[in-house]
Amino acid sequence: MKIKSQQDWWAGLMFIGFGLFFVVFALGTPEFIDRIVGVKLIGGYQMGSSVRMGPAYFPVLLGGLLAFLGLLVLLDAIVEEGPKVAKFHFRPLLFIAVSSLAFAYLLKPLGLVLASAALVFVSAYGGHEFKWKEVAIMTVVLAMFSVLVFVKGLTLPFPICPSFIDNCPIR
Amino acid sequence: MEGIFGNLAIGFTEVFKLQAITIAGVSMTLPFNILMCLIGVILGTLIGVLPGIGPVATIAMLLPVTFNLAPIAALIMLAGIYYGAQYGGSTTAILVNLPGESSSVVTCLDGYQMARRGRAGPALATAAIGSFFAGCVATLVVAMFAPPLAEVALKFGPAEYFSLMVLGLVAAVVLASGSLIKAIAMVILGLLLGLVGTDVNSGVLRFAFGISEMADGIGFVTVAMGMFGICEIIANLEQKEHREVFTSKVGSLMPGKEDWKRMWKPILRGTALGSALGILPGGGALLASFGAYTLEKKVSAYSHEFGKGAIEGVAAPEAANNAGAQTSFIPLLTLGIPSNAVMALMIGAMMIQGIAPGPQVMTERPQLFWGMIASMWVGNLMLVILNLPLIGMWIKLLTVPYRYLYPSILLFMAIGVFSISNQPFDCFLMACFGLLGYVCVKLGCEPAPLILGFILGPLMEENLRRAMLLSRGDPWVFISPSKPISMGFLLAALALLVIIALPALRKKRQEVFVEET
Repeated sequence: MKIKSQQDWWAGLMFIGFGLFFVVFALGTPEFIDRIVGVKLIGGYQMGSSVRMGPAYFPVLLGGLLAFLGLLVLLDAIVEEGPKVAKFHFRPLLFIAVSSLAFAYLLKPLGLVLASAALVFVSAYGGHEFKWKEVAIMTVVLAMFSVLVFVKGLTLPFPICPSFIDNCPIR
Repeated sequence: MEGIFGNLAIGFTEVFKLQAITIAGVSMTLPFNILMCLIGVILGTLIGVLPGIGPVATIAMLLPVTFNLAPIAALIMLAGIYYGAQYGGSTTAILVNLPGESSSVVTCLDGYQMARRGRAGPALATAAIGSFFAGCVATLVVAMFAPPLAEVALKFGPAEYFSLMVLGLVAAVVLASGSLIKAIAMVILGLLLGLVGTDVNSGVLRFAFGISEMADGIGFVTVAMGMFGICEIIANLEQKEHREVFTSKVGSLMPGKEDWKRMWKPILRGTALGSALGILPGGGALLASFGAYTLEKKVSAYSHEFGKGAIEGVAAPEAANNAGAQTSFIPLLTLGIPSNAVMALMIGAMMIQGIAPGPQVMTERPQLFWGMIASMWVGNLMLVILNLPLIGMWIKLLTVPYRYLYPSILLFMAIGVFSISNQPFDCFLMACFGLLGYVCVKLGCEPAPLILGFILGPLMEENLRRAMLLSRGDPWVFISPSKPISMGFLLAALALLVIIALPALRKKRQEVFVEET
């Protein structure tokens, strides 16, 4: 057996994975596995009947269908020629993800000004060109803009200054 | 006919209504709705001009901002972004050979050639005139077709609704490009993700894994921003920037006598085709512009000039994409079914505002319904008046490098997502969906069907449950002769699948998308 389409192969596996994930978490682990392990691994939800569907009914139906479609895609990958998986670029992926996380978790302790500075800085570092002067100017402009528009204008309840500074000069 | 104009009058009064509002502590009386419409179309044009950010990401970005607005103002602004983007997209297509929007891909073919021959001005004017005309007609089409359709839809029971959603989802994926099975799989994944959170019937917390932030389900805005916004940024950063702006004089804007003669028929045909395709589930601007270009190439007396700067090749698709963009509001407003990702976001916006999308919107909130339709016409007028003189400014914006743009976009998205519940967790989820979207794109799976499924997931489950309860657990209720409408929907869905799955057509479908892109 030879995989003719790498792209479809991995897409098929992804769909099967997601499908089984939802089925297993909706139904719970089968009894024989629980017996081997000794504890109930995953509780699962009520299946109910077709008249009164429980919370597990629709997810199991869909999850099963998704896994089946994944299987079809997998078969297609073996039968028909297809493209390779395009190269992953980890640099932008990593920096964009990290910058939005940094913003989210720094906003409450450090305030909007510093959190947005962190986001702009880290995300700019993920691009092709990084010029200190440009990024510095952009950071200042965007931090000011977001304070004015989102906190002053749209009155979002964000702290502007770090929580550990008592008398912050900018209010 | 009288009814239509009466209704439109309600809409126009709503749009031009003066409202007392307080901004940053200062209270004033303003025609607030018209102001929001203006903001919407300007923003829409802006993002349409800028490659690398689409209307889906922008609307997602602005959804949190609309929490504080009145429903009508919010929807008017968001709609403005959508059709404004169609306008802006054509500007870049003509001047830079870069479609700012996917629906202006075909405009590149002849529009850019016209620009290269020094006829950028007439090309831009043709696009604007075609779009405006189409926008006016489409507004009337919406006003005419929405009420009778809503009336029919009011009689639908749960079985009919379930089947209608199946048909809507199937049609949406059939008309999209790429692999059909993968697109359907993405819809189902979206449906499943939509089920996360508390089950309304039993109160059971599903797939939340003990995370308290997930009790209300995954935020719609979070998914949309991750799958479209974050994913788009990462994909754009992969390529090195290279953009040649064709600024060598736009020249005189007004088309000549010969141009007028040649463009009015294509505009009429484009408008008719676009309006029709827009109403279909899965239709909308993209399909309309492709269809209109292909049709024009077949029927035009100047078909040999196509691809070399034929004015028909600009007029028809531009009229069609604007008409399609507007009539795709019909299934949304009357049935509550989204026909594309932007419409899914509009449903999200309505739900956030506490409006259940569906046929009852028109009868229960006529001001909102007709106000939105009237705003489309007003918005189109604004676009023509604003955009032709402002073209120089939009061209300048094109030269802004992407490295300035994406940190700003990212910052606004992060602020928007954070503000939904004031918790960092939503930003974390957004990053996760960005990653999922990126993987999906790499594996050749379009993210748009997922968002359609996501918005319909809970509705579909609810209607399935009710239908099965009413039929005492008989699954045949959906295709029994006692429910001819439901059976019709399902048969239509099946027919679509079969037609597309036929090998001959499958090949043809691929060719169409390859040829035109």
